[in-house]
Amino acid sequence: MASSNSSAGEDGSPRHRRARNDMLKMYYNMNQEDVGGLNSDPTDINGANFDPQIYLSKVMKEKRLNELIDKEAEMVKQIRSLDSDMQTLVYENYNKFISATDTIRKMKTDFRRMEEEMDRLATNMDSIADFSAKISCTLQERREQISRLSGTHSLLKKLQFLFELPARLKKCIEMRAYGQAVRYYVKTRGVLEQYQYMPSFSSIHRDCKGIVEELRTKLREKFSNKESSARELAECVDLLLQLKEPPDQLCDEFLSHASQKLDEDLEVMQSQIRLHQSPADDVVESDQVEADISPAERFLKNLPVDILEFVDSSCNGFLSDICLVISSYKDLFVHRQSIHTSDHNQESLEEVANNKLGEFVLVRMAQYFQCLEQRVQAEKNTVDNSMLVRALDRFYRRLEAVNNLLPRLNILQRGAEIVNKCATDRVEYYLDGLKKHFAECLTDIRQILCAPKIAGKQEATDLSELLATMQSSIVDQVRTVLTNLKAFITNDVTFSHTSFFPGPFCYDIVREELVIGFLKHVFQVALDLSEGSHDKSSPPAALILILSRLFLDFEANTVNQFVSQVNEQFQIDPAQVQTTAAALCAESKMVAQRMLNHYVKVQGLQISQMLRKSVETRDWLNTIEPRNVRAVMKRVVEDVTFIDSQVGMLYEEGIRKAHSSDSSKRTFQSYSGPRKHQSTARSFTPSTAYDTSLMSNIQKLFSERIEIFSSVEFSKVSVLTGIIKISLKTFLECVRLRTFGRYGLQQIQVDTQYLNLYLWRFVIDEKIVHVMLDEIVGSTVHRCLEPVLMEAS
Amino acid sequence: SRALTSLAAESDTIEFLVGTQSLKSDNQVHLLQFDEDNNSLNKKVFRHREGEIWQLTTSPGDRQIFASTYSKIVDNKTQFYATVWKLPEAEDDSANEPEIQGEDEHSTQAKTLEPLCQLEDRGFGSVVSVLWEPQSDGSRVISLTETHILLWDLNVSDTEAKLANSVALEAKGHPKFTAGRWNPHHNNTQIATANDTMIRGWDVRSMKEAYKIENAHNQLVRDLDFNPNKQYYLASCGDDCKVKFWDIRNPSAAVLSLSDHSHWVWSVRYNQFHDQLVLTSSSDSRVILTNTSSISSEPCGQLDDEKDSIDGEREVNSDDEDELDDLNDRNKEPLKEGVLATYEEHEDSVYAGEWSTADPWLFASLSYDGRMVINRVPRAVKYKILL
Repeated sequence: MASSNSSAGEDGSPRHRRARNDMLKMYYNMNQEDVGGLNSDPTDINGANFDPQIYLSKVMKEKRLNELIDKEAEMVKQIRSLDSDMQTLVYENYNKFISATDTIRKMKTDFRRMEEEMDRLATNMDSIADFSAKISCTLQERREQISRLSGTHSLLKKLQFLFELPARLKKCIEMRAYGQAVRYYVKTRGVLEQYQYMPSFSSIHRDCKGIVEELRTKLREKFSNKESSARELAECVDLLLQLKEPPDQLCDEFLSHASQKLDEDLEVMQSQIRLHQSPADDVVESDQVEADISPAERFLKNLPVDILEFVDSSCNGFLSDICLVISSYKDLFVHRQSIHTSDHNQESLEEVANNKLGEFVLVRMAQYFQCLEQRVQAEKNTVDNSMLVRALDRFYRRLEAVNNLLPRLNILQRGAEIVNKCATDRVEYYLDGLKKHFAECLTDIRQILCAPKIAGKQEATDLSELLATMQSSIVDQVRTVLTNLKAFITNDVTFSHTSFFPGPFCYDIVREELVIGFLKHVFQVALDLSEGSHDKSSPPAALILILSRLFLDFEANTVNQFVSQVNEQFQIDPAQVQTTAAALCAESKMVAQRMLNHYVKVQGLQISQMLRKSVETRDWLNTIEPRNVRAVMKRVVEDVTFIDSQVGMLYEEGIRKAHSSDSSKRTFQSYSGPRKHQSTARSFTPSTAYDTSLMSNIQKLFSERIEIFSSVEFSKVSVLTGIIKISLKTFLECVRLRTFGRYGLQQIQVDTQYLNLYLWRFVIDEKIVHVMLDEIVGSTVHRCLEPVLMEAS
Repeated sequence: SRALTSLAAESDTIEFLVGTQSLKSDNQVHLLQFDEDNNSLNKKVFRHREGEIWQLTTSPGDRQIFASTYSKIVDNKTQFYATVWKLPEAEDDSANEPEIQGEDEHSTQAKTLEPLCQLEDRGFGSVVSVLWEPQSDGSRVISLTETHILLWDLNVSDTEAKLANSVALEAKGHPKFTAGRWNPHHNNTQIATANDTMIRGWDVRSMKEAYKIENAHNQLVRDLDFNPNKQYYLASCGDDCKVKFWDIRNPSAAVLSLSDHSHWVWSVRYNQFHDQLVLTSSSDSRVILTNTSSISSEPCGQLDDEKDSIDGEREVNSDDEDELDDLNDRNKEPLKEGVLATYEEHEDSVYAGEWSTADPWLFASLSYDGRMVINRVPRAVKYKILL
């Protein structure tokens, strides 16, 4: 810092100065770095990056002359003081340099002495090494002798053991100490094999081999012996493995041995199933198979057992056996191997063994599942649900145990499938039952409806009662079915807690398939009744009426009741369901509407058929003067009254237009008024149809268009209005196809008047009846050769 | 009025024949010529003194020849007859009448029709309708009485019709024919008839029953029509408010059943050029134009549920020529199946609807009160079918 300051004024070349600066910086690196790091301003005279050129120009630019002079003076002063500082520093440091050189010189002499001592130490060490080598040399010979002697001794010992080996092995086998024998053999096997070329050894080897072969067969015998316990088996396998028997062969043997027992179990199950399917003709067959079993046992075996017992026995027999097999197999082959075989082989062997086991178990389990499925299928149509559920529960629980042993195989999944399938089957069965029940209800009602018609019409059947019975029986049925199905998800049932079962079961199977499926089926049946009716025996109109009302009630509460019941009992979240109750209600209402429309249509057509026949078959040109209303019209009114009472039993009255409460007399007058006018208008211009058509056109402009086969509301008047509209329109069209004489016209006049008197009571708006009857008379006038109307009387 | 037909032998001008039905005054046959350019109707009135006209059919061979079925009161009994007529040559035009309604004005210049020959019924029963052999010279005619099918050989120069063949309908309960239609396929060897709820097919050569559709409708069958392009397809309509389409090879079930009308359907007609267009008229005083492209000879690729509303009625009178009304953006979408347009101009039951033989997009309908309305297929529909 000081030097850079001092040279700032004189030194011209900044590069040299910078280099020097840097060297100094390296020397006193702490100091300089601090300064250099802090200032990077080239105009800072104390900074490392000081550039005198820039500084000068800056100063020249910024300062005035007198300021410059001042500055210069200041600088010179500074430089001078710095120079003196430097001088004192040099003097001080000079003394230190001198003392340092003195110290170094002293150190040099001391080191020389130390070197000499080290040299002496080295020579001493050398001599020590020499001596020790000499000593070991002398001891060498004797040690070799000792070691040779001890080697010979052990060899002799081994040889002796070898010569004694066959005898020893024999003794072991006699004593049934197979383990000992195997241990001896395994120890010596290597040596024997190595020195086979020596005659004495080879004979020993031969002997041993023979004995071991014997041992092996004995072990095998024991292994394949049915009665031997698992522990014994394990021992056998262990020994055999040590004797280098191929493990996969052993696995196979073990499994085939195990399979015998399992196959027996399966056989028993299958015979059970056969028994269940055809209890009679199975006896002969089983006689042959189980000839050695005592008659009592045979009888027992031939007795079909129920599902619970079946599952129980199958679980106890087959599943526990297979569990045993799996666990012992695992003990034997999978875990044991790690002890005896080398690491390299172990893994592959384990894999092979596992695969074999897996295959074996899968095959057997598949058979078992098949059996069980068959059995459960056979159980499909029984009424008792709880037994089945309990059986399934037990089955599933046992299966879980198996699955725990072999998690790899997904046995549980298959079991779950069976449980699911069974549940679905049950639901299907119940659905069938419900459908059948509904069909029965329908036939019942049909019969009841038909019966009194034959007996006579005096006692009209009470439709509302029929409706109530039908409704309650359907609701009851559904409720019982739901309660039955609830057994599947009770808390003590294992599979009701699993992830796979309750969700789909509650949502899809019970809710969608059963309840909603049933409702949809019912709707469909009803629609079929109303639409496909014409080719088969058409259903009685009253049945359609009842159904219509039934569905209306469904819409009002039954559907909601079903759905909420299901939701509640099966813990269904209403937000996640596929079909909402509202949609079902809407559908129900739609069906009800269509049924009612159909009812109106059927009844309307019945009456119109009557009217049509009556108009078509009569010779209207040559009738006599009307004395009375035709019988057909009376019949029409009778029928309408009957329909009215029928509908009245099921539907409310409905709203009528206000003025309909007037007396019939007044309406009759208001009706005959315009007609009179019409007839006079016609009599003025009898030859021109133009005027009459204009008249009727004008008339129609003011009356609303009447929809004939339109939808009706759920009320009595609306239904009857529909029926009457259809009938009258038919009447009109038929009239237009005929030609009338004077009396024909008058007869029609009488008839329409009669209808007018009676029909207004049934309809929403009596104006409809008036307009339509007017139109009939008008058309008749039009089709009449000599239009002379009767005076109203 | 119930009788309406288009001139089958005419392909240049749009012409319709209308017959009146009146007990009191003389009945008339009106030849209506529709002038598209001026939107006007020319009317020629001919007197038909014989009786009330129930049905008119025109010869496919000669535009001047037609047959009428009419009723006359003889001895206080209504009798039905059928006669073949010839329209007199047009000399001077009668007054132009733009308004259609005035059919029974006292036209003094009405000409009398020339009767060619009467299809004698000779105890075969009341004539129901007359069927000309389609697309022929018009020499073969079938008249349908209530109980018989009579095949006549007609020689135009001769005034005599020779009975060539006949067959009686024999079944339980004395059924009566209500309608008949000649099948335009198979060399015109088949006809179809309707009696009560049943449709029967007949072979004209052997006069034997070929097939029958029992219970085709729940109620009386009112009319029949054959698809002009697909040989096995038959349309029928009846008192059950339904229009049904049949494949006559499978008489057990209808191919399609429409129930758009709210009362009896009196007539059903295929468009002769575009058989997806079906015209039905009903006593609910509506005329409905339906698209049945799925069973037509020009099925659309797929049935999009496109939602563009076809502005229904375009009466001839109000039809201005906005040619390309937004046709660019809808021409690619297929036409919606079902009802295309409902025409509600009639105040009374519509008993007849008929396509023009000259303009494939034009049809007329006639109601009981004598009002005839000529309508066009909605323009949007037309473009969609054409493009």
